[in-house]
Formats: sequence, C-alpha cells, structure tokens
Amino acid sequence: MNRRKLIEEKFFRFLSGFATYSLMALLALIILIIFIKGFRALTLDMLTKIPEGGYYYGGEGGVLNAIIGSLYIALGATFIAIIIGTPAALYINVHLIRYRRTQNTIRYLLDALWGIPSIVYGAFGFTLMLYMGLNASLLAGIITVALLITPIMIRTFDEVLSTIPIGLQEAALALGSTKTETAFKVLFKQGLSGFITAILLSFGRGIGDAASVLFTAGYTDLIPQNMDEPAATLPLAIFFQLSSPIPEVRERAFAAAVILTVIILIISLTARYLTVRFSKSNIK
Amino acid sequence: MIFRRYLIDRTASVWMVTALLIILLLPVLIGIALYLKSVPLFEIQSFASLVTSSVWLPAEGKFGFWPFISSSLYVTVLSFIFAAPVCLLAAVYLTQFASKKLIRLMHPVIDILAGLPSVIYGVWGVLVIVPLVGKILAPLLNISSSGYTILSGGIVLAVMCIPYMLNMLVEVFNTVPIGLKEASLALGATYWDTVKHVVIRKSYPGIISAYGLGLAKAFGETLAVMMVVGNRVQLTLNPFEAGYPLPALIANNYGEMLSIPMYDSALMFSAFLLLIIILIINIFFRYLIHKTKKR
Repeated sequence: MNRRKLIEEKFFRFLSGFATYSLMALLALIILIIFIKGFRALTLDMLTKIPEGGYYYGGEGGVLNAIIGSLYIALGATFIAIIIGTPAALYINVHLIRYRRTQNTIRYLLDALWGIPSIVYGAFGFTLMLYMGLNASLLAGIITVALLITPIMIRTFDEVLSTIPIGLQEAALALGSTKTETAFKVLFKQGLSGFITAILLSFGRGIGDAASVLFTAGYTDLIPQNMDEPAATLPLAIFFQLSSPIPEVRERAFAAAVILTVIILIISLTARYLTVRFSKSNIK
Repeated sequence: MIFRRYLIDRTASVWMVTALLIILLLPVLIGIALYLKSVPLFEIQSFASLVTSSVWLPAEGKFGFWPFISSSLYVTVLSFIFAAPVCLLAAVYLTQFASKKLIRLMHPVIDILAGLPSVIYGVWGVLVIVPLVGKILAPLLNISSSGYTILSGGIVLAVMCIPYMLNMLVEVFNTVPIGLKEASLALGATYWDTVKHVVIRKSYPGIISAYGLGLAKAFGETLAVMMVVGNRVQLTLNPFEAGYPLPALIANNYGEMLSIPMYDSALMFSAFLLLIIILIINIFFRYLIHKTKKR
C-alpha cells in the first residue's frame, strides 16, 4: 500500500515536472525559431525602405510602410482607449466604490468583452465603416482597434486601482476635494504604475492584432499621410508575404515576423520595468 | 471658485459615466449591427437550415455553414485535447512542487508568450508544424498530406492557448487556502494525494472555467489557424485533411464579399454566430469564476 503510494507520488511528480519543462522548452523553441529564421533574412533595407517596384516578386524594398502603419494605428487606438478607458476605470473605483455588486457586475461584463475574438470586432468595424461612409482607411482601423483594446485597458488599470486602500479616498474627500479631484489627482497618481502597464499592454495588443484591421485598414505600399488613406500593418504584411509562392518573399515574411516579435518583447519588458519603478513612490 | 469646481466635477462625472456606458453597451451594439446585416439571409433560408446544411455555393445563393462550424469545433476540440492535460500538470507543478526560482522565471515567460500576436504563432506553425505533420507524421501513418491540415491547426491552437490557460490555472490553484493543504499533509497524505483530493477538488469550478475560456479563445482564433489549416470547404473526420474554420471564412473572403449577392450577409452571419457562441461561453464560465472568487 505504502509502496504503491510512493511510486504514485514519484510518478506524478516526475510527470508534472516533465510537462512544465517541456512546455518551457517548446515555448523557448518558438522564439528561437522565429529569431533564427528571421534574423537571417533581416536586412537594413527591410527596416528603412518601402516596397519598390516588383517587391512582391522578390524585388528591392522593405516593410517600412507596414511598420509605420502599425505604429500609427496602435498609437491612435491607444490614444482613444486612454480617453475612454481612464475615466471609466476611475469611475468604477471612485463613484461606485460603495456599490460592490455593481462594481463586480461591471468587471464581469468587461471580462466577457475581453473574450470577444478580434475577427468579430473586425466585422463590426467594417459594418460601422460602411455605415459612416468611410473607406478602408487609417481612421477606420484606429476606431476598430480602439474598440478592441479599450476593455483590456480598463480592466488592467482597474486591477491596480482596486488594490488602493479606501482610506486614501476617504482622506481626500474629508479634506474637501470633489470626487473628480479625488479620482484624477489622488487615485490616478497612486495607480500610475497600473496606468502605464495598461497603456503598454493595449498598445502591444493593438500593434499585433491582424484580424481586426484586415477589413478596416486595408493595405498599401505607401506610408499613409492622411486619416482617410489606407494603411499597411505589420501582421498583415507577414501574412500576405508568407502566402506568396516565391521563396525570397517568404523569407521577408520571417524577417517581418522578427521585427514584430522584437517590438512586442520591448513593450512587455518595458512594461515590467516601469511597473516596478512607478509603484515605488506609492503611499503604502 | 466653488462654482467652477462644481462645474468641473459635474462635467468630468458625465464624461466618466458616458465612457463606461459606451464600453458596456459595446457587445449589444456589435450584436445588433451584425444581426441587422445578416437579416437578409434569414429571408431565403431559415436559421436551422443555415446552421445544419452543408451545401456551400454562394454564387447560387446556397449558404450552409455546417462544414465551417464542424471544422471550427474539430480544430478546437483537438487543441483542447492537446493542451488541457499538459496545462493541468504544469499548473500543479508550478503551484505545488516547483522552486521559487522556477516560478519567478516562468511568470514573465508565460506573460510574454500570452502577449505574442497570433500571426507569430502562425509563422511558427508554417515553419515547424506544417512540415512536421506533412513530412513526418503523415508518411509514418502511410497517408499523403500537404501538412496544411486540421491536425496542424489543432496543434498550433493548442500551443497558443497554453500560456492563456496555464495563467488562469495557476491563479486558480493559488487561491486554495494553505491551511487545507496542511491539514491534508498532517493527516499523512502524500503531496500527490493532497493535490488529487484537496487542491483539484477545491478548485474544480476554477479548472472548468479556465478550460471553458481556453476553448472559447481557441474557437475565435483567426489568423494562426487560418495560416496552417488549409482552408478547403469539405466535411471530413480525417485530421490529415484540410479544414475551414468559421473565423477563416470571414477573414479569407472579405475581398469578394461585395461582389456576390448575399455574400456579405453570410459573412456577417458567421461573425454573429461567433460572437453569440463565444459570448455565451464567456458569460457562463466567467460567472463560475466570479462565484468561486467570492468564496
């Protein structure tokens, strides 16, 4: 009996350890393969030039148009998400602080909203775009991505705000500040680390998402100058180039994938660093 | 002065409420918009026949979504079978057996992987999984296959969902009170016994929810699957054949959707279906999580 238990214990300890380490190996393999394949194909031209004539048949050029387009869309969308997301998150934690049930219901709905796949946002954005009489453009892309990332922004910011002790708010209110002042001058500062994480996280989601911009932002070889011009995006550049039968073009898809991965890695690492830095000055 | 402050307070409050309402009404708005767009489709075919028919001839006005729905289900279930046991074991190891150092190392790794865009997973799938399935697995079983198959889709999806599910499972296991585990160990149970009878039983609803949300995520995933799954309209049970999941249908055909009558309605209907299915799964399992968190 005891011997059987010992064997069972050993076996499952080994099995779960094996599962963990093989997952780690698998995940390391993903990044490794993307890097090895991509850095071999990565040239300076990829980063600094837009596609030139015959690019899609192996000609000269790079994916600067997609890099810039992705940055424009992610920046614009993050900006809209800040305008809508910040007040919404603060409202949940200041005005609704005494209504626990409402707070929980809202969080629950936002979580459910987070689960909606981006292709549905894309289809909705497309409908909205036709309704407003827009063409596939930078503006339509920005709006769609903004809708996609705002719930993420609110929930990430809210997660940090909800840990702030209620005494801090009570102190601010007791000193005679209005609720808005409490929200923006006290809670916002205290939750600054959360705010920054939220921005970076939404930015990362925005820059990496392809299904939502597929319908709405279009694709072009030029760098967009105006809001009503279509814009290329990095994920779509990878996708389109990878479906090409020409090996040189496929190689470039790998290079573009490395560019995107590096951007995402920089964003996540910065988010980690800044979160630690900005939560140091908090009142505990 | 007081009046000015009052005014600022009012304006800001209105702005805050409006912002929150916009976001909370968003799913309703998306639902209505997609539904209205797909209404013309209901006039030629009933809802039941749309979902169950497998005749897909858009040019003749015949829209049967069953091949796409079954493909989606197939890929999702496959990915679940690959990912679920591994995730559970890894989560048990990370929360019960692993050293502090490993945990500190794993956390950022999981976070970063959960943040990688799906197109990157797609590229990885094309580079690794497609040749693996087409050139190694299929010949091993004496089947000829291009590698762009339902099986590849399932594997790529599984890998994508692992960080997401693992994160949730670790969180769930961490909420099990230490006292309970100590009580079980004090009674002479081994660590594995404790895991089996206390940790897993205690976090049962949480595990189910994490799995449910993982399934929902897999079901709605677009680009990564689309890049490896082959995209051919057919009904098949063979995992070495190409499939055509619902999200891929929308993403692949947006270009032609305005040139064939009713085609745009059909695509919007698939988006509507996706939204409803995923929203229901999400609302149900999130509810389970919220309930367990309170306890």
